[in-house]
Amino acid sequence: MPIELLMPALSPTMTEGKLAKWSKREGDPVKAGDVIAEIETDKATMEFEAIDDGTLGKILVPEGAENIAVNQPIAILLEEGEDQSVLAKLPKATMRNAQTPRAEAKPDIPPKPAAPPIARSPEGVRAPSSAAVGAPPAQPADGRIFVSPLARRLAAQAQLDLRSITGTGPHGRIVQHDVEAAIKRGPPRTPAPTTAGPAVASVAPPAGTVLSKGQVFALAGNTPYTEIPMTGMRRTVARRMVEAKTTIPHFYLTIDCDIDPLMRVRSDLVEAGGTKLSVNDFVIKAAALALRKIPRANASYSDEAILLWNEVNIAVAVALDDGLITPIVKNADTKRLPEISAEMRDLGARARTGKLKLAEFQGGTFSLSNLGMYGIRDFAAVINPPHGCILAIGAGEQRPVVKNGALAVATVMSCTLACDHRVVDGAVGAQYLAEFKKFVEHPAILLL
Amino acid sequence: MADNPNAFDTVVLGGGPGGYVAAIRAAQLGMKTAVIERDRLGGICLNWGCIPTKALLRSSEIFHALQHADAYGLSAKDVSFDTRKVIERSRKIAKQLSDGVGFLMKKNKITVIGGDGHLTAPRRLGVTKEGKAVGEFQARNVILATGARARSLPGLEPDGKLVWTYKEAMIPEAMPKSLLVIGSGAIGVEFASFYRDMGVAVTIVEVLDRILPVEDNEVSAFAQKQFEKQGMTIHTATNVKSLKKNKDSVTALLEKNGKTSEVTSERVVLAIGIVGNVEDIGLEQTRVRVEKTHILVDEWQSTGEAGLYAIGDVVGPPWLAHKAMHEGVICVEHIAGLNTAHPLEVKNVPSCTYCRPQVASIGLTEAAAKAAGKEVRVGRFPFIGNGKAIALGEPEGFVKTVFDATTGELLGAHMIGAEVTELIQGFAIAKTLETTEQELIRTVFPHPTLSEMMHESVLAAYSGALHI
Repeated sequence: MPIELLMPALSPTMTEGKLAKWSKREGDPVKAGDVIAEIETDKATMEFEAIDDGTLGKILVPEGAENIAVNQPIAILLEEGEDQSVLAKLPKATMRNAQTPRAEAKPDIPPKPAAPPIARSPEGVRAPSSAAVGAPPAQPADGRIFVSPLARRLAAQAQLDLRSITGTGPHGRIVQHDVEAAIKRGPPRTPAPTTAGPAVASVAPPAGTVLSKGQVFALAGNTPYTEIPMTGMRRTVARRMVEAKTTIPHFYLTIDCDIDPLMRVRSDLVEAGGTKLSVNDFVIKAAALALRKIPRANASYSDEAILLWNEVNIAVAVALDDGLITPIVKNADTKRLPEISAEMRDLGARARTGKLKLAEFQGGTFSLSNLGMYGIRDFAAVINPPHGCILAIGAGEQRPVVKNGALAVATVMSCTLACDHRVVDGAVGAQYLAEFKKFVEHPAILLL
Repeated sequence: MADNPNAFDTVVLGGGPGGYVAAIRAAQLGMKTAVIERDRLGGICLNWGCIPTKALLRSSEIFHALQHADAYGLSAKDVSFDTRKVIERSRKIAKQLSDGVGFLMKKNKITVIGGDGHLTAPRRLGVTKEGKAVGEFQARNVILATGARARSLPGLEPDGKLVWTYKEAMIPEAMPKSLLVIGSGAIGVEFASFYRDMGVAVTIVEVLDRILPVEDNEVSAFAQKQFEKQGMTIHTATNVKSLKKNKDSVTALLEKNGKTSEVTSERVVLAIGIVGNVEDIGLEQTRVRVEKTHILVDEWQSTGEAGLYAIGDVVGPPWLAHKAMHEGVICVEHIAGLNTAHPLEVKNVPSCTYCRPQVASIGLTEAAAKAAGKEVRVGRFPFIGNGKAIALGEPEGFVKTVFDATTGELLGAHMIGAEVTELIQGFAIAKTLETTEQELIRTVFPHPTLSEMMHESVLAAYSGALHI
């Protein structure tokens, strides 16, 4: 029996992906463990390995095809001894079970589209039902979504993105039942406990806020433009940031840190032939130690309880050409600075080439964003759900300060903590920043 | 299996509309199929139900029209009828259609086994005819489609002579002068209409507080008014305490609000519901569960016993042939593992009653929608505002639509008047496709047709009807 290779879910938030590259061609022999294809997700590009031995019989999704839904068939693997002729029989398998009671009946292999598909982001977690599995691909690549008028209206009223709903009607049409089921499952208003965010992305930005391309063009006075196609990462950033800004009550606290001592320690280390550490490495360590001092700041909000995290895992924002990603420095409070530094260099490099593994950007408890290298004095960051806080680091710059009643010059770094007020109250945030400042201004502790 | 002529992929017990359609679908999907039928193919529907009554009602309708020929500028003298010929026509039509089902069985290479079938094991059937064994059959799948029969209550037992069921009412030897109809569901009011239009004095007794109790309140009220205008006597919220048989008439003791009264009629027809045919078919050999004479099944018509399914009237309401046919198809397609198989949406099953005026409805009544906690928008449009209705000389009736005020879902449609049974399918399509009021408002209904009232009713619920 030929084996269907399905679009893998490479991260908990992945609902669709791009087939970046086929590493095997039709007819190529495949061994378990061989890389068959490279899949680009909203987070990274990953290799898709074969689990079974066989021959790559048929590629169903061409290289470069985007928005391929998780669990959608992408290729057919022929088992040993099978040849191409079995493929011809596949799509017409509807009568296969006619002679057997339903108890043994299995869903038929659905007809395979030759063209680039297909379902535009059905939810990744929904196990395909027997009815849904066999249904032809729900939605064509041209963006038209087959949906009943009533289902369309119900989805609009519930502010559900139709692309997040799998249709179970004829030919994958989205019907009333599907939308009601999606509403019942509920939007993940409380983000799932991973730095990667909610497991299911069924919440779209509120309907009123997203204008169609035509509307935007018209509102801008029909100004000529160049179009940048929406990537998975772009959509994820958009969705999560809207969700964060519209559902999390942010408040902001700013503190100035004198980093002259830190700069001296840093240059001493270099002069002494030690490791070259960045200011950011110190900041990561200070942020982590301060969380140990004020555990209430290392927390997340959930519908049932506030979760105080037992580990201190710092998610550090890394800018990419198109978007950003937040690799995690796990247990940063227990790691020595050189370790943190080496880890950050490695994570940053691999983040920029899209080679991060799932576990490396999943599991943070607190976020850090640093725009100091761009000369930004201070800024207020958007919380990265489900984290309770994000610390925004500005540039270390020389400023006039008053020391012992006299004007002096010091290297000052302004840091702004954005807090989820459901988790962190003003006093807790302030205590946290005070601890953070103490560590930054007394860098010797950071070297212990 | 091909070697054993008594082994089948699917055996259907009962050749009514549910059973024979299930058999055809099974054969179409390549299954070796048999139908066991104890009487005539087509079941009650074709032989003693839907079809022969429609034939009778056509006769009474034309008779009624001839008597009112003057209203159309025509004259018809000495208009009369021959009861025997009216019945003969009805029987001939029933036979023609039953023979047609026989032809369909042959065309689809379905084995028809005549006799009474009963399960000897979950997927084995014995068949007997007049007490003699016909054979033993085995099947991978058995579909029970044994249907239902008229209900009788203590004191209200039919005798086939003075006290009829639907069956005797369909083949009277002569027109009685008067008829008492007990029960005002679809079967009761259809006979009431037929006999009234043939000139019989008709009395209807209904135990609930209105006739056609499953229909929308407004439809019930309108029907009662029309029936009374035609000369029927109607007692609602009334119990029949007993039936006293006289030589050639029956005296019924009625009770309403504790007060009793008597009605004497030549004949009585019982139309007080139906019970499922669950006896003598070997259900005790299985794990099939029966509740209130109906077999319990899941959404795929499965009884829970592997390979054993049940469809149609024997599984419960609505007791409608088209529901049974769909259940048959759903069940067989499920057995075949077809991807397109889909459970029945009961809210999208229309129902039709062929009294005069006709009644047709689908989905929730206004009261049921409100009881379900829905905020509703209701539109109505009367026949008197429709050009075609007036041209037909049928200005009585209305179309009512019930929408969910929040979502625009068409929750229900309720119609009474000429030919509404042919109109309801439009709303059935609308509901199946899940249209909102907007699609219906944008739909172009042809002029001049009765269907324009469907459009106007939707407009009335929203932007306002145009022709009233």
